[in-house]
Amino acid sequence: MGNLTPELARYAEEIRELAAGYGLDFYETIFELVDWDELNMVAAYGGFPKRYPHWRFGMEFEQLQKSYTYGLSKIYELVINNDPCYAYLMRSNSMTDQKLVMAHVYGHCDFFKNNAWFAHTNRKMMDAMANHGARVRRYMDQYGVDTVEDFIDCVLSLDNLIDIHSPYIRRAEPKAEEENPEPPRLKAKDYMDRYINPPEVLAAEERQRREEQAKKQRFPSEPAKDVLLFLLHNAPLQRWQQDVLAMLREEAYYFAPQAMTKIMNEGWAVYWHSTMMCKDLVEPAEVIDYCDHHSGTLATSPGQINPYKIGVELFRDIEDRWNRGKFGLEFQRIENEEERRRYNKNLGLGKEKIFQVRKVYNDVTFIDEYLNAEFAEEQKLFVYGFNQQTRRYEIVDRDYRKVKAQLLWSLTNFGQPRISVVDANYRNRAELYLYHDWSGVDLQFQQARETLTNLQKLWGRPVHIETKEEGEGRLLSYDGEEFSVTELSPAEEPPEVVGQEQEERVKTRKLP
Amino acid sequence: MGRRIDSDHSRFREIVRGRIKQDLKKYVSSGEMIGKQGDKYVSIPIPQIQLPKFRFGKNPKGGVGQGEGEPGKPVDGEGEAEGQAGEDEGQHVIEVDVSLEELAAILGEELELPRIEPKGKKNITSLGGSWKGIRSVGPQSLRHFRRTYRQALKRQIASGLYDPDNPVIIPVREDQRYKSRKEEQIPQANAVILYMMDVSGSMGREQKEMVRIEAFWIDTWLRSQYKNIEVQYIVHDAVAHLVDQHTFFHLRESGGTKISSAYELCLRLMRDKYNSQEWNVYPFHFSDGDNWSSRDTEYCVDLLKNAILPHCNQFCYGQVKSAYGSGQFKKDLDQAFPNDERIVTSDILDRDGILPSIKEFLGKGA
Repeated sequence: MGNLTPELARYAEEIRELAAGYGLDFYETIFELVDWDELNMVAAYGGFPKRYPHWRFGMEFEQLQKSYTYGLSKIYELVINNDPCYAYLMRSNSMTDQKLVMAHVYGHCDFFKNNAWFAHTNRKMMDAMANHGARVRRYMDQYGVDTVEDFIDCVLSLDNLIDIHSPYIRRAEPKAEEENPEPPRLKAKDYMDRYINPPEVLAAEERQRREEQAKKQRFPSEPAKDVLLFLLHNAPLQRWQQDVLAMLREEAYYFAPQAMTKIMNEGWAVYWHSTMMCKDLVEPAEVIDYCDHHSGTLATSPGQINPYKIGVELFRDIEDRWNRGKFGLEFQRIENEEERRRYNKNLGLGKEKIFQVRKVYNDVTFIDEYLNAEFAEEQKLFVYGFNQQTRRYEIVDRDYRKVKAQLLWSLTNFGQPRISVVDANYRNRAELYLYHDWSGVDLQFQQARETLTNLQKLWGRPVHIETKEEGEGRLLSYDGEEFSVTELSPAEEPPEVVGQEQEERVKTRKLP
Repeated sequence: MGRRIDSDHSRFREIVRGRIKQDLKKYVSSGEMIGKQGDKYVSIPIPQIQLPKFRFGKNPKGGVGQGEGEPGKPVDGEGEAEGQAGEDEGQHVIEVDVSLEELAAILGEELELPRIEPKGKKNITSLGGSWKGIRSVGPQSLRHFRRTYRQALKRQIASGLYDPDNPVIIPVREDQRYKSRKEEQIPQANAVILYMMDVSGSMGREQKEMVRIEAFWIDTWLRSQYKNIEVQYIVHDAVAHLVDQHTFFHLRESGGTKISSAYELCLRLMRDKYNSQEWNVYPFHFSDGDNWSSRDTEYCVDLLKNAILPHCNQFCYGQVKSAYGSGQFKKDLDQAFPNDERIVTSDILDRDGILPSIKEFLGKGA
């Protein structure tokens, strides 16, 4: 176990036993004691000390170093989803902080191991990342640092275009249908044929079949949400480029669940560090330090949501509700507020429930299912918006449905725009056509332009993306030399507007 | 072992400095180096390169927050202009309390300014020193009792020889500490900055603001290089005046421009007060580049060539872009002194041009 001092090792063991005693279930956890600049270095590499060389990590490092040097921020914990789990402790932290961090880390380790959304992540990622590093270095030796790095830059600029749900489901694959030129007919005697196989039905079937066929001629036949995979299979890339693209895609998928469960994961870790610290670990002399640190972690600021705070509060709220039996039809029917508040059937199901929640939910479903009016009120949540007159952001509403809709919107697709490949042979010229499923917020246009140029470098032929600007359809195109914007007439755009749909769904969920 | 991160980091620095991968240079955002000049607060620049992605822009829908307040209450703390709730993206401009010395060091580092070579050796004087040092060898008369005792205590505790019930401390030879004299090199070079600014009608408020910011940074840098520095301010339209700092930055004149008037005054100051044998002289002149007549320009060139340049370290001319200025003066200077190292001219198009122009001015280390 790591390079801990005897005292730290003793605590690590004690906390491990405590955590196991509370029912947490985790891979072996290895703590490493590191100095601040080592910690910043590892953090710059996203937790993996051996990664491929890239200037971006140097940039992260500089930011961390500067903000640590000027006393603006420091990293307390860094834990890697891997089997065994690796966690880093900063040497200069006080013992109180070290205990807190270790308890927190065990929360994360349990979450990594048990949450369904992590089920498909590579548990040997430490090794995989080191292998990626070695391969990229080899390509750099072979093809030149700049060539490989430029390609990595291109891919990184597209690495949010993945299908985050694809590891868990099988997307409908186009069925290989037998070719039958004639529409199927039921057997019938001649004089009955008109009635059993009515010509208008046959005509309709024929039409449908043609449409299907037209669709099949389109490539891809279904929109490809995993743009990186699509490029991997279809873009004219060299072998090493394919390999690099595949590696970066794998890394993007590895990190995606962490973005999808930020609130839950942090909430769960806070829940456990506060439980273990308060019940077992804090010495009387450490209370103030602990409280100071803990409240710092949970501090709220009006402009944004603190995932640690929302997460832990929601877990505690769920625990309380299930302890008291505040769920189900009987409870839902009560209208008297006071009665609702006092409701208690002493079921004691809370612990069981939160363990179940940490297993099957992600941030979107977690918020959708459990954030209710009482919670929003208690946590003083609000929606803010930009006021054109005062030129400031102001509180708009405290209605929990709006809060929820807004929060869900920002969590959907891990906060990234939903973009898919709809046509790889646009205008029958092998041009790539992407579609952005616009949901009320525009893309950053300058960046979209630059991203298109990167995409074009991979695809080789002209590329397009259909999106909207303030609700007006736009087609951004880049042909390798020139960039152009075409206005789309309303008829061309699909009618579906996702933002509204979501709001509707929330509205119908009113309490009876 | 060389750390991996160091090579990634130096690669990043190279990109920021525009040495490699020029096409990435356009994504570099440098934060606001010149945010707040008031007192000693500034914002630390953290250069960033953001790779372009399909990402959301300004969000008219706003976000979710947490806290007190009725609808209509402003969400302070800069309710992020971009990104959504809970995201860490956004501008990394962080305000920190730093001293002017640190600031100068940062400026020097960011712009890769060379340290200035003082003129001649006579300017560096070793001023004795003080009894601040500690050494492990020395004469008994200089023994530092307390440090010796402390050293012995530390050693005994570390080696487990210390017994709190019987606190006997016995220093051994290695524990002895002695006072020592620390010699200090104190730069004795004196420097004077002579700021000249055109305050004719065509210099608007924005132009003056740019001059003010630039002057602040030049001041900061030169002050870090010289112990004694004096600053003189000269404003001119058709006539030149010696003014104080406040007036220099706030005066709004109108009328014609006769640059030679400022140069004459500058020269008079150099002759009367700032003898180049003893002083490092840095004249800076800011203007929008419109001079009254070409005859006056010729006279200016003449003054520079024969009187000012031989007696100053470096003459800097910054031309601020204004709506009315023709910018002719810089062209004339460049023509008159094509390869003269002692004169530096620079165009300041807008606020973003300030840093590059400082680099041009001070990058030579003269």
